[in-house]
Amino acid sequence: MSAGQPPLDSPEIRRLTPVLGPGHTFASVTDKISAIVLTRPISLGWFVGFGVAFGIVAMLTVALGWLIIKGVGIWGINIPIGWGFAIVNFVWWIGIGHAGTLISAILFLLNQKWRTSINRFAEAMTLFAVACAGIFPLIHTGRPWMAYFMFPYPSTMGIWPQFRSPLIWDVFAVSTYGTVSLLFWYVGLIPDLATLRDRAVKMPAKIIYGMLSMGWRGSARHWHRYQSTYLLLAGLATPLVLSVHTVVSFDFAIAIVPGWHTTIFPPYFVAGAIYSGFAMVLTIAIPLRKVYGLEDFITMRHLDNMAKVMLATGLIVAYGYFFEFFLSLYSGNKFDVFLVNQRLHGPYAPFYYALILCNILTPQLLWFYKMRHNVAVLFIMSIVVNIGMWLERFVIVVISLTRDFVPSAWGRYSPTGWDWATFIGTIGLFVMLIFLFVRVLPAISIAEMRELVAETSEKDK
Amino acid sequence: MLQRSHIYGVMGEFASPEELIHAVKRVRELGYRRIDAYAPFPVEGLSEALGLRHSLVPSLTLTGGLLGGLGGFLFQYWVAAVTYPMNIGGRPLNSWPAFIPVTFELTVLGAALFSVFGMLALNKLPQPHHPVFNVDRFSHATTDRFFLCIEARDPKFHMAEAARLLQSLHAHHVNEVADD
Repeated sequence: MSAGQPPLDSPEIRRLTPVLGPGHTFASVTDKISAIVLTRPISLGWFVGFGVAFGIVAMLTVALGWLIIKGVGIWGINIPIGWGFAIVNFVWWIGIGHAGTLISAILFLLNQKWRTSINRFAEAMTLFAVACAGIFPLIHTGRPWMAYFMFPYPSTMGIWPQFRSPLIWDVFAVSTYGTVSLLFWYVGLIPDLATLRDRAVKMPAKIIYGMLSMGWRGSARHWHRYQSTYLLLAGLATPLVLSVHTVVSFDFAIAIVPGWHTTIFPPYFVAGAIYSGFAMVLTIAIPLRKVYGLEDFITMRHLDNMAKVMLATGLIVAYGYFFEFFLSLYSGNKFDVFLVNQRLHGPYAPFYYALILCNILTPQLLWFYKMRHNVAVLFIMSIVVNIGMWLERFVIVVISLTRDFVPSAWGRYSPTGWDWATFIGTIGLFVMLIFLFVRVLPAISIAEMRELVAETSEKDK
Repeated sequence: MLQRSHIYGVMGEFASPEELIHAVKRVRELGYRRIDAYAPFPVEGLSEALGLRHSLVPSLTLTGGLLGGLGGFLFQYWVAAVTYPMNIGGRPLNSWPAFIPVTFELTVLGAALFSVFGMLALNKLPQPHHPVFNVDRFSHATTDRFFLCIEARDPKFHMAEAARLLQSLHAHHVNEVADD
């Protein structure tokens, strides 16, 4: 595989850039990945990064504490804009989670070998993003200690949830998504936890990994059922992930508010979710492979493929924007036409133009091979897309609510410091969880990498 | 040497998946049935070599999905049309299209829970200790070594013969597995 490589930019090498660096064996992939968790000393950089994130989480705690004491009045929301940052951030985070499931489930079903080295941390990203997302609707209820009202339980009051409401659908969609993602992630982790158990030197690590691995011993009979479950979970997670953002889009599309009441929302939300999720996977993968020297496992081929997925989903999103626009104008409905006008010329027009710039124009650079293979460009691009997708949700939520049917019901929205503290706080939480994750669990699936080694060595023969 | 009753089996260690599959096939040809192989990743063709039949996992998953879906739908019907009916402009109480999203989610949830917990139950996990862990070198089974264990409960089992057989199949190490 390694001998006599043609020049780097020849067409052969473009096609053949491997998903795994040359010369790896079962033992070497195991050593390299498990060493990050077991033997590598904690670096100063890790402490600084973790410390900063932890500080931001402390700020989140203060923001949430104050919210619980004072109520949602500390935010910038008021009638007519009841859905401010809380919903914008909820949709943004839940969308980010979608790429993890796409990578782990859909690419698994499509037999895409390159998913192997990125699926574990992409799934972790999904879980952490869902955790961040879950905070927002919870605190947006105003009385989060009564959130259990949303679940159907036999209460002495004899009341039940309204199952015709998209908000209840959301509760079921997001909690199912969180549960299934956790199961999928954990099932994938079991063999690796056993590896860590067997390689750990210190007693506490042996015990903890031992308990978590549940006594996995790699028996062929176990693998036989395990593979069956893994495949079925992938098959179940695939429609699930599509349904989750569809249900999230129903929160908007079922309402009659101009700019929300449109049938294009479900597919366009799903594409946007995958778009922002892949951007976030790149944002995490690029520093991760650099810091922990995983360039052999997360190769340029992976970054290139992720950039291509971003480009493709970005184009679907662009198509969505175009048709949203076109259908409003074509409908002749004066409220819809007015809303388009407000997006282009209203008080929030700069956000709309920024969103077009971030989500549609900038990613067109990804058509170029040189751009897709420039790590710095990809990193910046991934952040630009994340910002763009956040702006998209802001535009959808805020412009429609500030400009609905009668001018007397119009309003303006601007977030307060507490809005920002909560939003930035959840980013801190996300980053902190990622920092913890890379230290205590294998960020790349070791068992699947061994499988990949077996397959690549067979091909060489 | 340990007593026969204190023996779980005899275990041979192999360096590659091909060697393991070859050994499994040979051992089965000789009529041993109570055997198990251990590998650090799912080896292609190993299930077939061991003659494993279809697992119960898919049927369990289907059961979970059906229970989740039917249960979820009937529950929503019961809530919305029977126990807590709300007359909103005379609209039908059994507004089934509005129940589909939750029905779908609960189908997936039921199937996933049954699949994962069913797989663990069928594998009898969690099981913190197992006799195979008594073999020192078995810790390599989660890194880069492949093991084949001929178990003592096999009717054909004879310690020395089984050990000799594994050696003849080029096992790198052959160990007795103590049962405790």
